[in-house]
Amino acid sequence: MCGIVGLFLKDKSLEPKLGDMLTDMLITMTDRGPDSAGIAIYGSEADGRTKLTVQSDAPEEAFDGLDGALAEALSTDVSIRVIDTHAVLDVPAGKAEEARSALAELRPGMRVMSAGDAIEIYKEVGLPEKVAERFDVRGMGGTHGIGHTRMATESAVTTEGAHPFSTGSDQCLVHNGSLSNHNSLRRKLRRDGVRIESQNDTEVGAAYLTWKMQNGATLGEALEGTLEDLDGFFNFVVGTKDGFGVVRDPIACKPAVMAETDQYVAFGSEYRALVNLPGIEDAKVWEPEPATVYFWNH
Amino acid sequence: MQTYDLEANGLRGLNSALQEQNGGTNKTAWEIVNAKGSHAIAVGLNSPIEVTVKGSTGYYCAGMNQQATVKVEGSVGPGVAENMMSGTVIVEGDASQYAGATGHGGLLVIKGNASSRCGISMKGIDIVVHGNIGHMCAFMGQSGNLVVLGDAGDALGDSCYEARFFVRGSVKSLGADCIEKEMRPEHIEILKDLLARAGADAKPEEFKRYGSARQLYNFDVDNAQAY
Repeated sequence: MCGIVGLFLKDKSLEPKLGDMLTDMLITMTDRGPDSAGIAIYGSEADGRTKLTVQSDAPEEAFDGLDGALAEALSTDVSIRVIDTHAVLDVPAGKAEEARSALAELRPGMRVMSAGDAIEIYKEVGLPEKVAERFDVRGMGGTHGIGHTRMATESAVTTEGAHPFSTGSDQCLVHNGSLSNHNSLRRKLRRDGVRIESQNDTEVGAAYLTWKMQNGATLGEALEGTLEDLDGFFNFVVGTKDGFGVVRDPIACKPAVMAETDQYVAFGSEYRALVNLPGIEDAKVWEPEPATVYFWNH
Repeated sequence: MQTYDLEANGLRGLNSALQEQNGGTNKTAWEIVNAKGSHAIAVGLNSPIEVTVKGSTGYYCAGMNQQATVKVEGSVGPGVAENMMSGTVIVEGDASQYAGATGHGGLLVIKGNASSRCGISMKGIDIVVHGNIGHMCAFMGQSGNLVVLGDAGDALGDSCYEARFFVRGSVKSLGADCIEKEMRPEHIEILKDLLARAGADAKPEEFKRYGSARQLYNFDVDNAQAY
């Protein structure tokens, strides 16, 4: 079991409340996944800048002087915003890959959670309520976001094994289910140069989508591909810089409910997660069809 | 009319209050407010009371029902009326997967659509779906009737025994050993009664009947010793 929540806003006036609404949805899904939680939020963008969200188990040492060290390594300006075990590094656009290599040298134990113009990912082991509190997710605004509460099956209960996974710029994926061909697919994708950091099945799903999109597929086409190339059970909810997508495997034994109004599109593993959204009484509420790709773009 | 606020008073209190109403109760009508998608609402009832749930529910609403009439003014999550023995469950909206699974008796009416595995392993329950049903419905269905006014998804009635399936719309595919069968006068009568009891506006003559071809391994007497 795991819990998924997602919110894609159409109404700009709701954007400041995105984190608040997602936090309520996430906490409702605690009993589907109490071991770890995470959230990907697509927030403010600055022209010509890219954000890297990094995480460390020893944040005080890791983040101390990191902006200066990275600025020196890249010979450019870098700013840092520390939030508990995570920090968001702001670097000039086009410097993300270089920054990633430099960070691996400067702070070998630190992990890069995400990179992109809009995305920030926060995830940790612990109850969803505590995780959301540590990062003050309630205070975050944005255009769309995806959250996950995890009950681990395929890999250990660690920060690294928590969702969302991001394997490409501004991309993220959360998963309810388990993939059975992730080992062979991981080897194939690695041979093609795709970066996969963990032993987790979901990261392979995320990397698969990244690889498809690198080879010219749209988000919709990449999601279609999962139905052919991934074996196992999955409900995937994915985010891109301006899009939000959902796909379920053909067996569709993992639960999913969606709701749409003029103001938003929402996803929940259960209807419970959606009950406090504004105007839910009059929303179009439906169960997404098996083997059918849904996506929305701004 | 007894009104129960689920959010304020909790699930255990609700189910124990409803389960206590066997025998000569005069509290025969109940209304549950603030359901908010909660699980296991009105389960294990065993008296002829009427329960109305205002709003949508989560998993296993009205499970193991006997005698009671449970009406949901909303949609239901997975496993509504699972293992029902008798009574009536009416869902005004849609039902998620395995609605009426393993049901032994009673009537389940879904006024919207039901998703996958509706009536899986049904053992005598009658299910009437006003809309469409998803894939793998009535898998291993043993007895009872599944009536669908709309369309059926893939693999209807796979490996079924003696359950009957009546579908008015299209069937995407039939499961292993499930075939279309002749609609005889007695089937028209069964269907007429079910449609009337389910408040469904449809003519029995518009439906096709499906059921077991009885060709699978387990139907062959030569294999009887294998069990």
